[in-house]
Amino acid sequence: MTTVMNQPTAEPGAHGVAQARGLFDGPIMRQALKDSLTKLDPRLQVKNPVMFVVLVGSVISLFEAFAHPSTFTWSITIWLFLTVIFANFAEAMAEGRGKAQAETLRKMRSETEARRLRPDGTEELVPAASLSKGDLVVCEVNDVIPSDGEIVEGIASVDESAITGESAPVIRESGGDRSAVTGGTKVLSDRIVVRITAERGHTFIDRMISLVEGANRQKTPNEIALTILLAVLTIVFIPVVVTLVPFANFAHGSVSVVVLVALLVCLIPTTIGALLSAIGIAGMDRLVQRNVLAMSGRAVEAAGDVQTLLLDKTGTITLGNRMASNFYPVVGHSEQEVADVAQLASLADETPEGRSIVVLAKELFDIRGRSLEADHVFVPFTATTRMSGLDMGERQIRKGAGESVKRWVSELGGTPPSDLDEIVERVSRAGSTPLVVADGAVILGVIELKDVVKQGIREKFDEMRQLGIRTVMITGDNPLTAAAIAQEAGVDDFLAEATPEAKMALIKKEQEGGKLVAMTGDGTNDAPALAQADVGVAMNTGTTAAKEAGNMVDLDSNPTKLLDIVEIGKQLLITRGSLTTFSIANDIAKYFAIIPALFVVAYPQLHSLNIMRLHSPESAVLSAVIFNALVIVALIPLALRGVKFRAANSAAILRRNVLIYGVGGIIIPFIFIKLIDLVLVALHAY
Amino acid sequence: MGFFLTILTLVVTLGLAWRYLGSYMAAVFEGRVHFLGFVERPIYRMLGTSPEQEQTWKRYAGAMIIFSAVSIAFTYVILRIQGSLPFNPQHFGAVGPALSFNTATSFVTNTNWQNYGGETSMSYFSQMGALTVQQFVSAAVGIAAAIVLVRGFSRRKSPTIGNFWVDITRCLFYVLLPISFIAGIVLVGQGAVDTLAGTTTFHDALNGVTQTIARGPAGFMGSIMQLGTNGGGFFNVDLAHPLENPTGLTNLLYIWLTLSIPFALTYTFGKMVGSIRHGVALLAVMVIIFGVWVGFTANAEHQNNPAVAAAHVYSPVGNMEGKEVRFGDTTSALFNVSMTQTSDGAVDSATDSFNPMGGFGPLSGMMLGEVTPGGTGSGLYTLLIYAIIAVFIGGLMIGRTPEFLGKKIQAREIKLAGLGALVMPITVLVLTGLAVSLAVGRAGPLNVGPHGFSEILYGLTSQGNNNGSAMAGLTGNTSFYNIIGAIDMLIGRFGIMIPALALGGVLAAKDVVPESLGTFRTDNGMFVGLTIGVILIIGGLTFFPAVSLGPIVEQLSHLRFF
Repeated sequence: MTTVMNQPTAEPGAHGVAQARGLFDGPIMRQALKDSLTKLDPRLQVKNPVMFVVLVGSVISLFEAFAHPSTFTWSITIWLFLTVIFANFAEAMAEGRGKAQAETLRKMRSETEARRLRPDGTEELVPAASLSKGDLVVCEVNDVIPSDGEIVEGIASVDESAITGESAPVIRESGGDRSAVTGGTKVLSDRIVVRITAERGHTFIDRMISLVEGANRQKTPNEIALTILLAVLTIVFIPVVVTLVPFANFAHGSVSVVVLVALLVCLIPTTIGALLSAIGIAGMDRLVQRNVLAMSGRAVEAAGDVQTLLLDKTGTITLGNRMASNFYPVVGHSEQEVADVAQLASLADETPEGRSIVVLAKELFDIRGRSLEADHVFVPFTATTRMSGLDMGERQIRKGAGESVKRWVSELGGTPPSDLDEIVERVSRAGSTPLVVADGAVILGVIELKDVVKQGIREKFDEMRQLGIRTVMITGDNPLTAAAIAQEAGVDDFLAEATPEAKMALIKKEQEGGKLVAMTGDGTNDAPALAQADVGVAMNTGTTAAKEAGNMVDLDSNPTKLLDIVEIGKQLLITRGSLTTFSIANDIAKYFAIIPALFVVAYPQLHSLNIMRLHSPESAVLSAVIFNALVIVALIPLALRGVKFRAANSAAILRRNVLIYGVGGIIIPFIFIKLIDLVLVALHAY
Repeated sequence: MGFFLTILTLVVTLGLAWRYLGSYMAAVFEGRVHFLGFVERPIYRMLGTSPEQEQTWKRYAGAMIIFSAVSIAFTYVILRIQGSLPFNPQHFGAVGPALSFNTATSFVTNTNWQNYGGETSMSYFSQMGALTVQQFVSAAVGIAAAIVLVRGFSRRKSPTIGNFWVDITRCLFYVLLPISFIAGIVLVGQGAVDTLAGTTTFHDALNGVTQTIARGPAGFMGSIMQLGTNGGGFFNVDLAHPLENPTGLTNLLYIWLTLSIPFALTYTFGKMVGSIRHGVALLAVMVIIFGVWVGFTANAEHQNNPAVAAAHVYSPVGNMEGKEVRFGDTTSALFNVSMTQTSDGAVDSATDSFNPMGGFGPLSGMMLGEVTPGGTGSGLYTLLIYAIIAVFIGGLMIGRTPEFLGKKIQAREIKLAGLGALVMPITVLVLTGLAVSLAVGRAGPLNVGPHGFSEILYGLTSQGNNNGSAMAGLTGNTSFYNIIGAIDMLIGRFGIMIPALALGGVLAAKDVVPESLGTFRTDNGMFVGLTIGVILIIGGLTFFPAVSLGPIVEQLSHLRFF
C-alpha cells in the first residue's frame, strides 16, 4: 500500500479547482480519521443497509462481550467495530478530497462590493450578496466580477485562472458566444457592463462547491440498483445465520452469538458495501481532477453508456488552425508566381492561416517576408466579401473563397481560367480548404489550406470503436472536405454543412434507435442539442445558455475531453462491478474458516472442512473477521482511483475482471486468512 | 454400458425435442398454430375473452392467482367429498382437512408432495378429476408464466404481455394434451395399468398366499405427471411401482417426458427473442449443471453403501438398497436427479436409501432453485431471474448499464429478480428452523441426528421448490407438516412466479438498446459461466451451513467422502 501513497493522481498541468493531491494527503487523512468516528451515527449508517447490519452486529457483539468477557469476544467485537470504521474512513477519504477543493473555492467567493447601475445611469455601491437577477453592474480594471452574468456592453480581458487554472487571460465581449462571465473572476482591462443572471447562492461557484463537496449527491441509477442487490444479499444471509441456532439445537449443540454475528458480517457483502459510496464520490472527483464539472452523477454514468459521440471537427479532431500546405498554379502560371502573390496578399494578414502562407512561401521558394510600404492598404476579410488582400496603389491582390474571387475578377473584366474549378474541387476533396489567389483581373492559382488532424486522435477513435462507440464528426465544411478529414481522422461517420437543426435531427435519430448520445458544444445555438443529448459537455468559454443546457462543463474548454469522460464513466461502473464480484467470491473461503469452527462441539467430524488447517476455532473465526475488515482498507486506493481501465472489447474486459476479481476473490482470502491465523498464533493470541 | 446407452438415447431424443418441440411451442404462443381453433374459440367465448384482448402483467397475475385459488378450492372440495362421488370402487372416505389442504395446494402449485398413499386413500375420481386435472393446468400455468417473461424480452414498449386464459388454453390443447395422450398409449402398451375396475385379488397357489393388487388409471396419469414435471404418482411408491413403470423403456420415457419441455423451452426462448444462440446459452447452463449432478450422483450410488460395507458385505453393482433391480444403481441415480433438477420429484428408487453423498445430489439439485432444467416453465423463468443477476454483475464489470437482450437491467429489475432469488432459500430455511424447534416438528423424522435433520430439510426444500420429491423417513401427514408444507409450497410457487410476471411486464415496457461491441454478450461462454456461478453461489452460500449439518456431517461420520 505504501507504494501508492503520495502519488499525484491528477493529470500534469491540471490546477485551479482541481489541485493535484496525493491519494493519501496528510490533512485529508487526519480529517477522514476524525470523520470516520462521527459517521458511526446510526442515522447516517442506516442509509447503507450493509454497513448498518454490521453496526447492529457490532453492538450485539459488544453486549455479549460484556456478558461473557473473554479475549475472543472482545477481539471479535473490536474488529467488527473496526469494519464499520474502515468503511466510514473510505467514505471520509473520498469526501475529504472534495471538501478541500470546496475550501479553495469558498476563499475565492470573497464578499466583494458591486457597482450597481441605477436606472438613471448613476452607480451605487452595494454588497455583492444583495444583487439579484437582472441587475446591471459595472466592472473595470482589477474589479472582481461579483456574480455570474452576461456582458451587455463593452469588451474586456478577464483572468479566469481561479476557476480554470489557466493563467492566460481570456477575452469576453458583449453579444455573440463569448459574453458570459463568471462571478469570482477578475477583469484585467477595459470596462464592461454585466447583467446578473444568477441569484445569490446559485452561481457557478456555488454549484461547483456543492458538487465537489458531494453535498447533494444523488445516487445514480446503477448505484441504486447495486444497492438493492447488496440489500438482497444481506437480507438473505440473515435467515441463513439466524436459523443456525435452531439447527444447532437440534444437533444438541449450541452456537455462540458472537460467532454467529461474525459469520453474518463475513457473509454479507461488506467489502463493496463499505466502498460503494467512496467509489461514487471518487468518480466525480476524478472528473474534477480533469477540470470537468458534472452537474449530476447520472450524467457521468450515462457517459459510460454512450454509444454515439458527436465531435466538432475544429478543436477536437483537427487543430483549430488550418495551415497552408501547397500552391497550385492555373495553366499559364508557375507555382512560384502563386506563392509570391499569395505571400503579398497575406503580409498584413495576422490570422494563423495568413501567417502560415507567408511561412510556406518562404520555405518553398525562399521568398523573404517583405515589409509593407506606406501606400499598402490591407483589405481585411469580411463575411460579405469573403476575401482579404492588399491594395498596393493601383495593384489589387486578393485571396479568398473560389466563388467570391471569381465574381470579383469578372467584375474587373477578367475571365476565370478553365482549369480553376477542377483544382478547387481536387483540393476540397482532399479535405483541405482552397483559397483562390488573384492579381487584379488575373487568377494565378490556388492555395491549399490543410486541416491538421490532431496527433493520436485516430488511435483514440480506434479505442472507442473497440468499446462499441461510434464517432461522428460534425463540421460546417462541405461534404467533400468533410469526407476526406473523416477518412484521415478515422471517425465512423460525419455530418457536413452542419446546422444546429441538422445536429439536433441527428441526435434525435440516434436516440430513436435507443442509443445514448454525447456531444460537446459552446455556442448558444448548440444549447438545444446539448440539452437533447444524453451527455452534453459545454465548454467553459461558451455562453451561459450552452452551459445551462449541458450536464457537464469542461473548464479547460477542450472538446477532446469527451473521450476521457466516457472512460471515467465506464471505470466507475467497472470498479463497482468488480468489487461486488470480489466481495461475493470472498464468502467461500470464509465459510470454510467459520463453519467447522461453529459446530466443532456438536460435530467434530466437520473439522475435515477446515481445509486451511487453521489453528483453533477461535483463531479461525477471528482471522476471517480480521481479513474482512482489513480488505476494506487495502482496497481504499483501488476504490478512490478506480480499477485499471483499458480500452478493449467487452469480452476481453470482462474476462480480465472476472479473472482478477472473481477467481482472485475466491483464492486471495484463503491465503490471507491462513496468514492472519499464523500471525495470531505467532503472537500467542491463541 | 447400459447406462451410457441410456444417456446417449436421452441426448439424441431430447435434442430432437429441444429443436422441434421448442420451435413448435414458440409457434403456439405466438398464435401461429390454429388447427384446434374450433376448440379454442368456444372456450374463449365462454370466458368472455379473445386472443386480441391482451392483459397488463398485473391483470395477468391477477387472473393467474384467481385461477389457482379456485383450483385449490375445487380440489379441496373433491377430496373432502370423494366418499359421495362416483368412481370410488374401494369406497374411500373423505380425506382429512389438513391433508386435503396440503394435497390441493401441492397439486395446484405443481409440487405433488404427497402425504398420502394414492392407492389406499384416493378414489379414482379424485385421482382423475382433481389431481390429474391439476397436473395439466398447473403445468400450463408455469409454462404461461415463463412465456410472459420471454415476451418481456421479445417485445418493445409494450404495455401488455399476453392473455392468461388464451395462453393456458393453447398450452393445454396444443402441447400438453397431445403429447401426454401419445405417451400414455406407449406406457399402457408397455404394461402400465390403466383401468377403472378397482383392485384385483391374486392367489399364489405355490406359496399359499392371497394378495390384493391395487390398480387404477395409472398409465395416463403417469404421462402427464411426468410431462408436466408434477411427479405425484398414482401409487405410493410412485414410479418404482411395476404397474406404473413396468420396464426400462417406460423408465426412460418417463425421464424423457420430464426433461423435454423444460429443456425445449430454451429453444422457444431463443426463437421468440430472435436469437437461437441465446437459447443455446441457457441450454448450456442447464446441461452443464445437470450433467455434473448426474455424474456425481451416479458415481456416488455406484459405490458400496458405507453402512453395508461396514459389515464386510460388498456389492459389485453399487448401492442397491432401495432400488429396483430392473433399473439398477446408476440409472436410478439418473432418474432421481432428473426429477429433482426439474420440479418433478417422482422417484423410481428410495432417495432415503441413497448413500449420503448420493442423497446430496438430489437435495442440492433442489437447493439450486431447480433451474437446470427446472419445472415446466418455472425452470426457465427462475433461470432467467438468476441470469438477470448475472447480467447485472457482468454488465457492471464491463462499464455499461447492464443490458440483457437490449433491455436495461436497472433498479426495478434487480428488485424483482432479487425477490425471486431470495424468496425460496429464506422460506425453506425459516420453516426448517421452525420445524426443528418445535416438538411437533421434531416428531416428524424417522431418524435422529444429522440424518433426521436431512429428512426435515429435504422435505421442506422439496416443497419450497415445488418439487414434491420425498426422501421418505419423514412422517409428513400431521397437521403441522401438512400446513407448513402448504405454506412452503404457496410461497415457493407464487413468491417467484409473481416477480417473474412483473419482470415480464416491466421488461416488455422497455425499449431496446441496440447492440454494439461494448455490449455484454449474453450468448457466449462467459455468460454461461457467470450464470452458473450465480446459481451455484446463491444456492451454495445460502444452504452450505444447513447442508453441512445434514449430509456433509453424515458423510464425514463415515470418515471419508466416497
